[in-house]
Amino acid sequence: MGRYLLRRLLQLVPVFIGTTFLIYWLVWSVPGDPFAGKCGDRGCPPNYRAMMTEKYHLDDSIWVQYASYMKNLFQGDFGITFGGREISDIIATSYPNTLKLAVVALAIEAVIGLGAGILTGLRRNGFLDNLVLVSTLFLIALPVFVIGFVLQWVLGVKWGIINPTVSNEMRFSELIVPGFVLGSASMAYIARVARTSIAENRRADYVRTAIAKGLPMRRVVGVHLLRNSLIPVVTLLGTDLGALMGGAIVTEGIFGINGIGRQVLRSIVTKESATVVGIVVVLVVVYLVMNLLVDLLYAALDPRIRYE
Amino acid sequence: MRVSKRASGALAVGAAFALVASGCSSGNNDGGDTGASKDGAIVIDGTQPENPLVPSNTTETGGGKIIDWVWSGLVEYPNNGGAPQNLLAESIDTSDSKVFKIKIKQNTKFHDGTTVKAESFVKAWNWAAYGPNGAQNASFFSDIQGFGDVYTEDPDGPDGPKKAPEPKAKEMSGLKVVDDWNFEVTLSAPTAVFPTKLGYSAFMPLPDAFFATTPAEFGKKPIGNGPVKLVAWQDDVEIKLTRFDDYSLRDKMKIKDVTVKIYQDDTAAYNDLLANNLDFQQQVPVSSLAGDKWKTDLGERAIQTTVPSTGIIAFPIYDKRFTNPKLRKAISLSIDRQAVTDKIFFGNRKPADSWANPLTPGAEPGNCTACKFDVAQAKQLLQEAGGFQGKLTLSYNADASHKEWMEAVAQQIKTNLGIDAVAVGVPTFAVFRANINNYKMTGMYRAGWQQDYPDVENWINPLYVTGGSSNDGKYSNPQVDALAKEASAAPSIEEAHKKFAEAVKLIDQDVPTIPIYFSGEQSGHSEKIKKLELTNVGELDITSVEL
Amino acid sequence: MSDPSTASIVSTPPATMPTEAGSGAPTNAGLPESAKQQKPRGLLGDAWLDLRRKPLFWISAAFILLFIVMAAFPALFTSGDAVNGALERSRVEPSSSAWFGYDVQGRDVYSRVIYGARASIVVALVSTILTLLFGGAMGIIAGYRGGWVDAVLSRVADIFFGLPFVLGSIVILTTFNGSGTDNGEWTIMGLVILSLSVLSWPVVMRLMRSSVLATKEADYIVAARALGAGTGRIILKHLLPNCLAPLLVYGTIMVGSFIGAEATLSFLGIGLKSPVVSWGIMISEAQNYIRVSPFLLFFPSAFLVTAVLSFVMLGEAVREALDPKLR
Repeated sequence: MGRYLLRRLLQLVPVFIGTTFLIYWLVWSVPGDPFAGKCGDRGCPPNYRAMMTEKYHLDDSIWVQYASYMKNLFQGDFGITFGGREISDIIATSYPNTLKLAVVALAIEAVIGLGAGILTGLRRNGFLDNLVLVSTLFLIALPVFVIGFVLQWVLGVKWGIINPTVSNEMRFSELIVPGFVLGSASMAYIARVARTSIAENRRADYVRTAIAKGLPMRRVVGVHLLRNSLIPVVTLLGTDLGALMGGAIVTEGIFGINGIGRQVLRSIVTKESATVVGIVVVLVVVYLVMNLLVDLLYAALDPRIRYE
Repeated sequence: MRVSKRASGALAVGAAFALVASGCSSGNNDGGDTGASKDGAIVIDGTQPENPLVPSNTTETGGGKIIDWVWSGLVEYPNNGGAPQNLLAESIDTSDSKVFKIKIKQNTKFHDGTTVKAESFVKAWNWAAYGPNGAQNASFFSDIQGFGDVYTEDPDGPDGPKKAPEPKAKEMSGLKVVDDWNFEVTLSAPTAVFPTKLGYSAFMPLPDAFFATTPAEFGKKPIGNGPVKLVAWQDDVEIKLTRFDDYSLRDKMKIKDVTVKIYQDDTAAYNDLLANNLDFQQQVPVSSLAGDKWKTDLGERAIQTTVPSTGIIAFPIYDKRFTNPKLRKAISLSIDRQAVTDKIFFGNRKPADSWANPLTPGAEPGNCTACKFDVAQAKQLLQEAGGFQGKLTLSYNADASHKEWMEAVAQQIKTNLGIDAVAVGVPTFAVFRANINNYKMTGMYRAGWQQDYPDVENWINPLYVTGGSSNDGKYSNPQVDALAKEASAAPSIEEAHKKFAEAVKLIDQDVPTIPIYFSGEQSGHSEKIKKLELTNVGELDITSVEL
Repeated sequence: MSDPSTASIVSTPPATMPTEAGSGAPTNAGLPESAKQQKPRGLLGDAWLDLRRKPLFWISAAFILLFIVMAAFPALFTSGDAVNGALERSRVEPSSSAWFGYDVQGRDVYSRVIYGARASIVVALVSTILTLLFGGAMGIIAGYRGGWVDAVLSRVADIFFGLPFVLGSIVILTTFNGSGTDNGEWTIMGLVILSLSVLSWPVVMRLMRSSVLATKEADYIVAARALGAGTGRIILKHLLPNCLAPLLVYGTIMVGSFIGAEATLSFLGIGLKSPVVSWGIMISEAQNYIRVSPFLLFFPSAFLVTAVLSFVMLGEAVREALDPKLR
């Protein structure tokens, strides 16, 4: 186990480098001059563009730019935006907000999705099963911006139950609806996958044996069935935190949350490569760590899987 | 020209004009309760400024708005759109429109307590014009004598390997400090409109503190000389402003604190406005405009106004398919502007019928004969021009809401002329703009113009004169150039306007661009605000707010 | 699936009697030893026999067929014009002459919904198929081979997964579809498909890999290997059928989510665009008018939900038929 962990940690290094380079290269290759859109329909004076190009070394080849970026990064320097802001500041202010939102979304999708999945998996084809199937389908089928817009309008403006936008303090109560919106599609996936998995495992030999042994149903379900059925669900949940954080652009916009999604979108549009990479670097770290945890959890959940 | 940087959904709003007192103020004469106003605080919407707040380096509305409040210039533009009036200037005198003697009011203060002197202007302008400083508004100083010595162009463009040569001088020879309260500006050629330009943010004074630090440091906590000073700027959250108690000019604050809350999304701001959590929103979101819902939502708190900004579709005249003026006019005549503004903008914008926005001093209303809707004439002109082969693309930047009206225009060209016209969205403004700057457009494209300063000159020289800073389609007519030059050099504003009117007549024959609509602005305020006015460009005049 | 009759369609045994799991199937399928004696077609044949008896399958298949015909021959359903409009009809409510009303540009919503089926279905289906094929293959290889192959493939997947979806799409689409170029209908669709698949395959791979990991130590695989079955045979005949179920469930859901993703990309202004018509474009166009003309949002959404529903129901039916354990 220790060796496995070490190997995995070592493997993080190439992934980290690969991802950051991929991002850097992608943003770098987006067409358009970063300063072309800065001054509105008038266009920027050439001197301004020349100065900025030189200041940010945009003349250098991508390799040189990437290398110097990584060098600074390892010294803890994320660089500055074209507007002169410290990128580490942007990350420090926007990250906690997105993380809070994503954690709330994850909690909501785990509780509701898993609950619905287990219930329907155990009692298939009942009224509840169909209700859950229909509602998950709707959640999957409707784009996030439609769900968000409708909930915000109905709950926030029409009925006044919630604040239509999240305040800067990011109170937990304000995040429930945005979290639900963000996690809605994943919630539906969780419910469906959990349902399938449980329904399948119900027919597995070990469950039959457990029932035949005369174990109480609660124990059969709680210990044998759930533990084995949760593996694919854990995969989804574990990898979802990263996806939720990276995918919060629309939700953050609707509810006015100052998170990384908005920062990334804005930075792509203005070709602020350093900001995009900086934010994504942290995202990638979160994602890699979650992945590692998921893999370790496999072993804990499923005795058939052994790492050596 | 400032550009709105709201990431999505926002109308390309920016400028406005009109005096608007809110509906609530009709009942009592002075508007509000002075007691409530005196220590009153409001929260208004805004966007994160892109750059540190340095007046000559700000070209977008998020930061521009703050600059307009934190600084006071030599002249101010009255809220009713009238001719500029002296603010910080005691007098601006000239006999030949070439040499201007500027006298400023004595003993006005910067927010750090230092005095605003003639030198504060001269040094600020020299800094902005000096090429290597790379100020975004550098070109505003090109009228001044000696600009060419401080601002050198890169010989092969910014993308070429060569660098711009080091400028010969650090200061423009046309600027001369006489004493603490007087300075003299000499222009390289007579320019009647020069005093009008002086209210634009590029011409603001800077305190000595600016030169003791870096622009980036200064811009985080700028020191201006306006009615409010900046208390704190928390990135992406809010900018706190408070009344500057030593302010001695006309426009003093009636309330105390103003918090500019930074929103990522205008719908979020609108919802706060409806819930009375926000006291003012400059432009309500598109989704609330449909069916005039915003008027029902806000009732008496809704403010409808017009702004001196025009939506334009431009031709790349460097593309030989668009060189024939008859073709250009045919396309222009085939567009039913009334239908577009009625159905797409719900009547909130007006069909364009003149070349300069009619709110601008010196603009003649209705002088665009090519802006009529006349299908028969359009068809005939198209036939005379020999038709149009292939696909006609109308590009727009898809990161702001231009899709609907561009599609509607393309549809009308298609229906009325039988040209295969299609609206094409370019994902980002940066890409869109890069193509325009590099003269790589292969079809028509969306443009927009909002005045920097209120004079018709601002609608002609940058757009339709050969080599003009925003003449992106490379339109060139020597007669127009000559008339515009004469007009700019005219001894008085009135004569300048006459000459510009002649130039416009020629432009009207050539149809280098197609004006489509005149912008409007739809704002809203909370129940708390009893009285407010909007500036000539549609921003909130915070000094007018009463509670 | 609000129709109560569908509740009885799925011919699975009562939940409390798991021991009767095999009763629904006519043949003695489900035992790997017997499956081994049949050709691969035998398994599919069984599945087909099973499927034929399920109304759920027929209903969803009929809907999907309808959508596919709609996508292939939209003119069969409408003689209207999906692309051209007239502003005087802007946002006219549904009536007997125009069943679904007119959109803001005065275009017939009914025609647009019909023509929109093509882009939405093609994009979602092709992306799903590409994603499943590629991600599934990678997952099997990684899970089955293990060792350094697994490590390398998993790390490559990590790199792509680390890329936020919208970021990746924006970059791919702006790079190839940006610069004011006026790409044809199929080019734009191809690019959207490409960006959806490139950014989604790691999910499928992880799912497949974890299934394979869980299955490959199963007795029947060990037995098959002991009996001298080759790698290809084990993968095709034993691993694949047993790991297919979660993949199919995910795949059917993916069709729906891709339709939504396509809409999100259009919403951000980087996805499909005119002259292409898609439900996603229609939904994103409608959102500014949700308060005054909700029908503009309703009709494309209704088609979209129906299509998604059909795919998921089909997936459900196929899964139960394919999975030996559920027979």
